[in-house]
Amino acid sequence: MKWLAAAALVVLLLLPAVLNSYVVTVFIFIFFYAFLGQAWNIVGGYAGQLSAGHAAFVGIGAYTSAVLSVQAGLTPWIGMLVGGLLSAVLGTVVGYLGFRFGLRGFYFVLLTVAFAEVCRIVALNTDAVGGALGYYITFTGNTWQFQFQDNRVYYYVALGLMLIATGIVAAIERRRFGAYLIAIREDESACEALGVNTFRYKMLAMIVSSFLTGVGGTFYAFYLFSLQPGAVFGIPLSVEIIIRPIVGGAGTVMGPILGSFILSPLAEVSRIYFGQGGWAGAHLIAYGLLLIAVVLFLPQGAYPALRRLWARAAR
Amino acid sequence: MPPLLQVAGISKRFGGLVAVRDLSLEMARGEVLGLIGPNGAGKTTAFNLLSGFLTPDRGEVRFDGHPLAGLKPHAICGLGLARTFQIVRPFPHLSVLDNVRVGALGRRPQMAEAREKARAVIDRVGLGAKTDHAAAGLTLADRKRLELARALATEPTLLLLDEVMAGLNPTETAAIVGLIQRINEDGVSILLIEHNMRAVMTLSHRIAVLNFGEKIVEGPPAAVANHPRVIEAYLGEEYVHAPAC
Repeated sequence: MKWLAAAALVVLLLLPAVLNSYVVTVFIFIFFYAFLGQAWNIVGGYAGQLSAGHAAFVGIGAYTSAVLSVQAGLTPWIGMLVGGLLSAVLGTVVGYLGFRFGLRGFYFVLLTVAFAEVCRIVALNTDAVGGALGYYITFTGNTWQFQFQDNRVYYYVALGLMLIATGIVAAIERRRFGAYLIAIREDESACEALGVNTFRYKMLAMIVSSFLTGVGGTFYAFYLFSLQPGAVFGIPLSVEIIIRPIVGGAGTVMGPILGSFILSPLAEVSRIYFGQGGWAGAHLIAYGLLLIAVVLFLPQGAYPALRRLWARAAR
Repeated sequence: MPPLLQVAGISKRFGGLVAVRDLSLEMARGEVLGLIGPNGAGKTTAFNLLSGFLTPDRGEVRFDGHPLAGLKPHAICGLGLARTFQIVRPFPHLSVLDNVRVGALGRRPQMAEAREKARAVIDRVGLGAKTDHAAAGLTLADRKRLELARALATEPTLLLLDEVMAGLNPTETAAIVGLIQRINEDGVSILLIEHNMRAVMTLSHRIAVLNFGEKIVEGPPAAVANHPRVIEAYLGEEYVHAPAC
């Protein structure tokens, strides 16, 4: 398993040398959404607290580093941490409200969606960040301003983000923190009875998750150079974040990556083909069908199913 | 040294129903106290009040001298008061080992150390052969053992057992009785809710009887079993003076 991962990493490091710029872009989105999915995985997958408003953290991270860069010249390499911290502050507020007052299941989903929608509407009505017109970053190609002439640099940055988040999740899983999160997902009251401070660990999960997602916002801003409130804070982005770990296997280290390798190319291909045929938006139907299939046939996601196959083949 | 557990006049009301009324109990270190009473007498509510899952409307609970008012269940567990649930709640998708390890991690934050502790406890309760089985696939008897093992892994000084024998056959019950005795011999005090009279009479040093939320009798097992108020609570008034058959 270790060798497989090492080989895959070498391949990913060498790929840009042979791929054309378009395919590199596809990989960038695979990595970036795997990163966001991995960040969500901590609170949504391991702790089982279904946040459906993670776009809020992307948006806050994106707007923060973009505004700091454009208005104050602050390098996004630092701005990404500021954006992450602000996202973590929002994550703390949402987590506190949800966990202190015992909102579970659908009620927690609604709470997180509501906060993301509030963020969207605030951004939409704040002229200082462009309001409904959006916020634009002028491309200068200045590396210090997180802008790269060569698409392949974004490739390596996105790959790095994905690997860092995956490393963090793997480290969490091996420690008490991870064991507690999984137990909380299974049965919260039983955890309390066994001495687990469920509130504290859910909060920690939410804070780490929102921080990482906020960091991802900077990548979003400085890869696309334009921020639209509807896109960056919207429910569709939240769904994109959630759906990869769920398809790949929520609460597993490899799930979000596998899910992103399945879904991101699918989204890309269907967007192109359906888009050209005048069927823009039809990729969402493909998503829906795939999600139904996963829930029906692989309720734990693709990665656990793959592992079972692997174990059977090894025998 | 204060008594291990001091319960002073706790009450709990759910709307119009008084589930526990002015309950006072005391437990010494090393003691096994049986808590019995007909269905709906308030035994499980009393457990929830002691373990922090419910807050008493009135009265005070002290454990090892600490007042428990305002403490969450996890903090109470940290003080050394652990409980099991009447309706067992294992982590279904986790293995027996991982289930028990969650309990052990509180006092042993290192995963390897907690795993060792968990293994020891699992062997102790006789689940050793099923260490790597998923909890969801266990029989009821084994789930009860698992519930017990998880609570034991938190290294309590007082263990609250809520009907760990319900639904078990006589052989299984005898095994659990032996296990509880051994746990008690190791210095763990036990507060036991149990409907199985033979088990509760064998295990308990003292027995308290609840009826309609109130403690009606307390004393040594033999005295409690023949007490007219206990017979009345279980069987009805007409049996109190009936000749023994």
